[in-house]
Formats: sequence, C-alpha cells, structure tokens
Amino acid sequence: MEKLLHSVYLDEEKCLGCTTCLRNCPTGAIRVRGGKATIIGSKCIDCGECIRICPHKAKLAKTDPLSKINDYKYKVAIPAPAIIGQFKTRHSMDRILSAIKSLGFDEVVEVAYGAEIVGRALKYEFHAKHYPKPLISSACPAVVKLIQVRFPELTKNICRLNSPMALTARLIRKRLREQTNIKNSDVGIFFITPCAAKATMVNNPSSTEEDLYANIDGAIAIKDVYNDISSFLNDGAKADTNYNSTPEAFSWALSGGESDYLKNKNVLHVDGIQNVINVLEEIECGKLDTIEFFEGLACIGGCVGGCLTVENNYVAKMYIQERAKNAKQTSILHMSEEYVKEVYNSGMMHIKERIVPRPAEPLDQDINKAIEKMQEIEVLESHLPGLDCGSCGAPGCRALAEDIVTGKAREIDCVFVLKDRVLELSKLTNELLQVGHPTGKTSE
Amino acid sequence: MSYELVFDVKRGDFDKAGEASRKIKHTLQQLGVSNRIIRKISIAGYEGEMNLAIHSLGGKIILAVGEKKLTLTIEDVGPGIPDIKLAMTEGFSTAGDEVRSMGFGAGMGLTNMVKNADAFEITSEINEGTKIVMNFFIQ
Repeated sequence: MEKLLHSVYLDEEKCLGCTTCLRNCPTGAIRVRGGKATIIGSKCIDCGECIRICPHKAKLAKTDPLSKINDYKYKVAIPAPAIIGQFKTRHSMDRILSAIKSLGFDEVVEVAYGAEIVGRALKYEFHAKHYPKPLISSACPAVVKLIQVRFPELTKNICRLNSPMALTARLIRKRLREQTNIKNSDVGIFFITPCAAKATMVNNPSSTEEDLYANIDGAIAIKDVYNDISSFLNDGAKADTNYNSTPEAFSWALSGGESDYLKNKNVLHVDGIQNVINVLEEIECGKLDTIEFFEGLACIGGCVGGCLTVENNYVAKMYIQERAKNAKQTSILHMSEEYVKEVYNSGMMHIKERIVPRPAEPLDQDINKAIEKMQEIEVLESHLPGLDCGSCGAPGCRALAEDIVTGKAREIDCVFVLKDRVLELSKLTNELLQVGHPTGKTSE
Repeated sequence: MSYELVFDVKRGDFDKAGEASRKIKHTLQQLGVSNRIIRKISIAGYEGEMNLAIHSLGGKIILAVGEKKLTLTIEDVGPGIPDIKLAMTEGFSTAGDEVRSMGFGAGMGLTNMVKNADAFEITSEINEGTKIVMNFFIQ
C-alpha cells in the first residue's frame, strides 16, 4: 500500500486558482501553480483550514466510503466524542449510537471510552517520565505535525500516550481475541472522524504496521454519515445500544476536555491553529515556564470544530455541555484505578515510534551557500511590492523571493514586476516608433 | 561569508514583543542551524528583547551569523546597570508592578541568557547604556 501522508487533496475541476487557501494556510504549504492550488507535502500538517475556507469547496479530505466496511466480516464503529455534539439533545446518546450501528455495524464503541482511560492515565505519564516541561498533549495530530515541522525542539515535550482512538481500537481487538473466535483479520474497525488529520493518521500505515492489534481499517467522515443518522433519529427508531462514557470523557471533544483530567496542575488549553502557533512560539522562547501541561487543538472549539463535522462548533459545544449536565450513571464511572493502571502498564497505551522533528529544509546544506541565498532573497524581497496579494501563486512577497532563489518561481510571476517590465518595454517601443523614416544621415 | 540581521526595539513596545526572536528563529532554520542551538538563541534573544522593552530607552538586537559561531548583540541606550553582579542574581529584578503583572520581571532574564549562551559578556555605563554580547558555537 502506498504511504499516504496527507488526506487533504484538491478537486481540480472546482479549483479556480483563487488565492483564498493560499493566504490562509497557517504553514504556508500552498502554492497556486498552473492556475490550481497545490500542496507542499513537507509543510502540510493536515489541519483542514483550507478545506474549511475554500469558497468553491475544492479542497477535500480523503476519507473512506461507508461501503468499505463490507470488506470485513465483523464491523466495529468507533465514533469520535464530537459525534454527540452533532445532534439535538432530545436525541439520546443511546439512540445516536444505535443509529450508527444501524449503518451496518456489528458493534459501536465510543472513542470516549478510550478517552476516559487515557485521561486518567495522564497523571501517571505526567509523573513517570522525564519530559521537559510543559508536557504537550498528543491528542491533536495536526498539532503534533505542526510541532514536528515548525517547533522541532518541542517534539521531546510531546506526551507519548496513544490517542483515545488508538487505545479504543486496541482494547476492542484485545477483547475480541480473548473472548470470541473472530479472526483478527476479519475485524474491521472504522473511526467516525470529525477531521482530516485523524483520517491521515488512520490511513498512514507507518504508525500501525508493526502491531496488527492496533489497526484501524478506515476513517469515515461524520458529514458522510450525518444524513443517515439523522433519518434514523427522526424515524423514531429505538435504541439498542447503551452509551458507556462519562461527561469528562466525551468532553474531550471540546478544548480543555483533556486538560481537565490533570487536576491541580498548571494547564493551558488553546484552540484554533493560529492561536496554537502563537502560544507555541511563547513556549519555545521559554516565556511560559510555569505551564505544566499544554493542550493545543487545531480547530476552533476543539474537535467539535473539525472540518468534517456538520453542526456549528459553538452549537455542538452547547449540546455536549447539556449532555454532560444530564448524563446518567454509566458503568465506566466505576472503572477502577487498578484497571487504568493495568492498561497503562501493559504498554498498549504508549506510542512506539519516535516523534521525530521534521524541520523545513534549509536553503542549502552548506551554511555559506545558505547565507548567500538568504542575501539574494532579501534583495529580491526589497524589489517586490510587499502587498502579499498572492497573485504570483505564493502566499506573500517573502515566500515568492524564497521560491525564486530556490528555483521554484520567476520574478515576473509578480504582476507588479511584470507591469513595470511591460511599461519599460512600451517606453522603448514608443522611443523606437519616434525614430521615423530613414534620413540617410548617420549623425545623431 | 557572514550575515547580519538588525532589529530595533522601542521602550514599552509590547505589541511587537517577541517579533525579533521569532524572525531570528525562522532565519536560522533557513540557514540550517541545528534546532538545539536555535532553541538556545531563541530563549536568550527573547529575554534580551524583553529587557530592551522593559528597562531601556530603546535599543538594537544584532544577530551575526558566521561559519563557526552565531553572535547575538543586545545594545541599548538607557539607565545602565549600577551593580551587574546583583542584576545577574537569579530572581533579582527592578521591574515595576505593571510589567510584573504582564508576566515579566521574574528576575530570570540575565540568568537565562548566561545559561543558554556559550559565551556571555556584559558591559554597562550608568546613564549611557548596556551592551551584552553572546556567542553560540556551531560545531
């Protein structure tokens, strides 16, 4: 299988080559080339901003169709906690889960179940390992990628606990292996996802290859199943599934949900990718040295703001808070601390691969050549208008100057430079036209 | 081959706080300097930038990039430091309440610079200004 590093892609027919996504990409990962937006893979963090912002709906996330579940004999849906914010609270959580099951699944297990365990294990991880402070949440894959690309030195701070999604899948496979005769390869686990970044995580085999019991087989967008779930709910179908999570656990869908598990610690939770970048800048220069735990979520409001959700993120937040207020007792409430410790110590909670820094390529491997290029960039930049209009296909004048020096663009890609050149040319043309007919004299 | 970046920092200009350190960081990344050194210089540079905004009447941050080392110079026009030894003590600060309420003035500025730089020099003249020169060696 081809290694899929990104799930954001372009519908070429719909893309007009306007510069909206270009100018709003938080990592400057987009260029308009040949009249179409293209993504620079090494810079894209799958945050989904371009999907949200594209006026022509040309940016899409690669997720799996529901029909993919038919490739497996035993189908399990693991919906993200954000799912329960998508529907009015008069639809009970049990009915929402039942509606998901009715899509063709044999079983539905909330990711909030895994979230409860990860949340409660967070305190052990906080004390057990020698992380530099602050410990940084690994829950949002877009933020983890952001750190790898733009804050490489902070990769050491990233918490090495698996996401609730990954843990939930592992626990399901473990249970099915121990308690049933279903072959592991017949089990298909599908994440019902609010965002593109999680879809990438699911579809990126490098993170799961080594451990067959960690596999998640697909990611289905919330918006793709929203309609079917709504119909089920509105048809008044009965609930045949019980939810099994706590308000704390399903509040992971909101910014601060994870942090709430670390009581008595100095936590900071930030949502919205630009805000996250700003605060990480402060952490990196040592300014926020009293913060012990940092939770950064790329989408406004947290996962409820994911680009594959349907309901407005503020409304979704309200629904989740209402549900939290009225939540009934569930068995998970009685989950013993011994059990949490047992799972924590089993090793299944920890990310096995190293979270490596992936800083942007320097201008040149040789520092002297890099300095030369930097000086060229500055000279070029001083000749550009500084409007950051994006018409050249780069997100700003500085970026264009960098692209020119690294051989990816030309100076005349700037419409203002082009205009000046045309003006020069027309002056010359004019001058030549004034010369008139031959006079036979050679003196000027 | 050497390269220089100069930033002006005005007194009390907290709006732009951190801008110089951010640009320094980005530039060094593009020049291929190691992340470890960039982190150290970001912390030291940020402290310097804050010192200029809080204590001086304005000054300059100059980054010089050479093949073997990076030099960060923080130079200001200002009151000068009467007792450098005392100023270098962890926790000592002359910052006013207003500045402290913004989360600065913990008395760690100079200490953090010393901790992060490979070589640190400070000179100060009363009623004239202060100059700090920090070197970071590239292996």
